[in-house]
Amino acid sequence: MAKCGVIGDRDSVLLFKAVGLDVFFETDADRANMLIRRLAKQGYAVLYLTESLYPLCGEAITEFRAQAYPAIIPIPDASGSKNIGMDALKENVEKAVGVDILFNN
Amino acid sequence: MASMMQVKPTRMELSNLKKRRTVAIRGHKMMKDKRDELVRRFIVLARRNKELRLEVERKLALAMQSFVLARAVMSNTEIEEALLYPARAIQVEAKTRSVLSIPVPELSMETQDGFVYPYGFSTTGSDLDGAVQSLAEVLPLMLELAETEKACSRLADEIEKTRRRVNALEYVMIPQFDETIRRIRMKLEENERGNLTRLMKTKDMLQAQQK
Repeated sequence: MAKCGVIGDRDSVLLFKAVGLDVFFETDADRANMLIRRLAKQGYAVLYLTESLYPLCGEAITEFRAQAYPAIIPIPDASGSKNIGMDALKENVEKAVGVDILFNN
Repeated sequence: MASMMQVKPTRMELSNLKKRRTVAIRGHKMMKDKRDELVRRFIVLARRNKELRLEVERKLALAMQSFVLARAVMSNTEIEEALLYPARAIQVEAKTRSVLSIPVPELSMETQDGFVYPYGFSTTGSDLDGAVQSLAEVLPLMLELAETEKACSRLADEIEKTRRRVNALEYVMIPQFDETIRRIRMKLEENERGNLTRLMKTKDMLQAQQK
């Protein structure tokens, strides 16, 4: 059975505890990178990162990009969405198709 | 103009090159088909990904809002007390599915019937109930989002790789083979002609001697 984790600042992720996800409080870039690696080793399938943490963890994200698991997914935090998830999707589309066909029309 | 490969102009090399050229052409065709199919599937996934992300972000924002309200009426300790022990641990089954031999994740959640709040109602407000409930509703969507988003990024990487291969074959490898084969042919023909003239010349010399 795989596990799902949520990493972020206390205010944003505490709520996820209530629905049974594993919650980790972390806002520091280095420690978050280490945490992601450790959780990946422990067999976490999905790691949700708050959008404020996501850009800081580029190192760990690229490391696991080429593997099926874990999926590292940005989610909006308590301060609202900063469109980081959408930008990542946009980047993917541009990489694959050459032009942005999803958001331009 | 495609540069020539450094090979000796022999028949052996010529036949080797011809074989490699056929393989390259077949490989190019297959890679191109693979790329087209990947792009087709990618577009479907990317559309779904966009929809899911919009929905998840909207619903999460709502959940967060009620949570902020809940924090305003309850003390920190009360909130932590209420939330820190989950009433149910979600069970997620993680498998891998293969899209054109690229492993992508497939997640399914075992939903336990009946939603229960992980806390008693005496110290908590209704805002917290709302937050927890709306979050529980987004959860399946969030899993699907994770699945789609990962699949999307893997496909995008693979498409990039495949496209690079197609281009390398089409614009570098195959023209190079063509050029080299042409050069070797010319060189061989030239040798043949040289040989022929030499023979004719010798024959002339021999005939002159005999007279």
